[in-house]
Amino acid sequence: MSESRTLQSPWAGSLRVLSLGPRRARGRFTYVGKVSVATCVAMILLWWIAAWLEVAPAMFLPSPLAVAAKFVAVWRDGFQDATLSQHLFASLGRVVAALAGAIVFGVILGFAMNLSETARGIVEPLLEFYRPIPPLAYLPLVIIWFGIGEFAKILVIFLGILPSVLIATNDGLKSISRDMVNAARSLGASRLQVVLLVLLPYALPSILTGTRIGLGTGWATLVAAELVAATQGLGFMIKGAADFLVTDVVILGILVIAAAAIVMELGLRLVQRTLAPWQGHQ
Amino acid sequence: MTTLAIRDVIVRYGADSDETVTALDRVSLTIEPGSFVVALGASGCGKTTLLNLMAGFLRPTSGVATFDGRPIEGPSSERGVVFQHGALMPWLNVIDNVAFGLRLKGVPRRDRHQRARGILRLVGLEGMEERRIWQLSGGMRQRVGVARALTADPDVLLMDEPLGALDALTREQMQELILDIWARTKKSVFFITHGIDEAVFMASKLLVMSPRPGRVVASIDLAFGRQFTEGAKAGEVKAQPEFIVTRERVKQLVFSSRQLAEGAL
Repeated sequence: MSESRTLQSPWAGSLRVLSLGPRRARGRFTYVGKVSVATCVAMILLWWIAAWLEVAPAMFLPSPLAVAAKFVAVWRDGFQDATLSQHLFASLGRVVAALAGAIVFGVILGFAMNLSETARGIVEPLLEFYRPIPPLAYLPLVIIWFGIGEFAKILVIFLGILPSVLIATNDGLKSISRDMVNAARSLGASRLQVVLLVLLPYALPSILTGTRIGLGTGWATLVAAELVAATQGLGFMIKGAADFLVTDVVILGILVIAAAAIVMELGLRLVQRTLAPWQGHQ
Repeated sequence: MTTLAIRDVIVRYGADSDETVTALDRVSLTIEPGSFVVALGASGCGKTTLLNLMAGFLRPTSGVATFDGRPIEGPSSERGVVFQHGALMPWLNVIDNVAFGLRLKGVPRRDRHQRARGILRLVGLEGMEERRIWQLSGGMRQRVGVARALTADPDVLLMDEPLGALDALTREQMQELILDIWARTKKSVFFITHGIDEAVFMASKLLVMSPRPGRVVASIDLAFGRQFTEGAKAGEVKAQPEFIVTRERVKQLVFSSRQLAEGAL
């Protein structure tokens, strides 16, 4: 009895979550899922109690209810000349555009690095040079060179996402067995057919993983990108609210970014399970 | 019908470094049309290097590999390869793996599936068309590997220790299946193994190889595989005194060549 319980407890559950294949838990809520929900509920309760006890003045620590009320108000009337959905879609548009660009360039450059030594020689130093630099550090440069328009904002987010996709694609391709490529060649595959029909599907799970990691960076870069000369966007909204000490809108903005990021992450996991069900089964 | 020939081939790895390894040293051999050539030897005797040469994955350091009289310049669908670990594509189901070669040639989906279904019947996998690769046992995977190579209709099948990873029972079934396919399709086969019993049973020509450097130390013509394809039971073939004597002779050859190589170290 006690032994079977140990098998059911945390490790078994988290291993199941880690495997992205179709071997999902049957129940609607897994053990890990239940713990996660409980954690979120506990956090909100803690926040509520802290606000109720007035640990800090309401101006600095608004209650969950105040934030919820603000959500309705900003949704209906807006904040800084734009409604919440306008802010949200402005940001979402930037992140999605940057993500699409990063996937295209990341995959092309990742393949180029694997197929050509010259390409590797060109891409590697550039990538390793800019990758560790925080977006806030090169933001001024991007603005000086590309102005304060939409392009510069998307570019900054794009640069934040690109390394994840590129490195994941490159690493994914490196692990392919020579036999698999040789199998295709011995069946008469041309170089292009090897790339499109073997390497690309082989790398797909890695590309999607890189995209998921990159997406996190993308949202993290968003606020930096919207710091300068934006008129709409969640980052802009948070920055504006912080300037006037409207703490409830700051918290609201953070929660909306988190929610949007989680929805996109779950969507990508679904895509990964649908497009790459063989992952973890090789 | 086409002949695959290797003439005075030397293959050295790491030619620009200090540690040069001679994988094959002046090897010559011929695979006649319709023959079942088995390369037998311990690991490190250059069996896989030999296969890579024939497949066109590798160029010799010196000497020449020819197919149908023309030098082998690279891989081609005239020479099908079956890999030790299958090298199947996990993103494709069984039938699409088998039909992969036809897809490369631009054969329409309906036609290539029809062809693939016929080949799957030949290897005993009817009804498995829609299965995922990871749902198959080791033996079934190798059948898919054989079927994939056959679908491209090559003149010669190159098999790199295809039964090495299988359990003993599955292995014997697969030996019989491969001999069956060989007899039915009349293709030439080059088959690598380090199983002495398997080599003697299947070969129409057995090449005993020695390691460091890889050489062919003996070439023996055999007919036990023929006996099986002409209707004898595998167990009966292997129980003949003649089979047992041959097996022991080959075992002696393998061990003495290995001792020779170890003595040289």
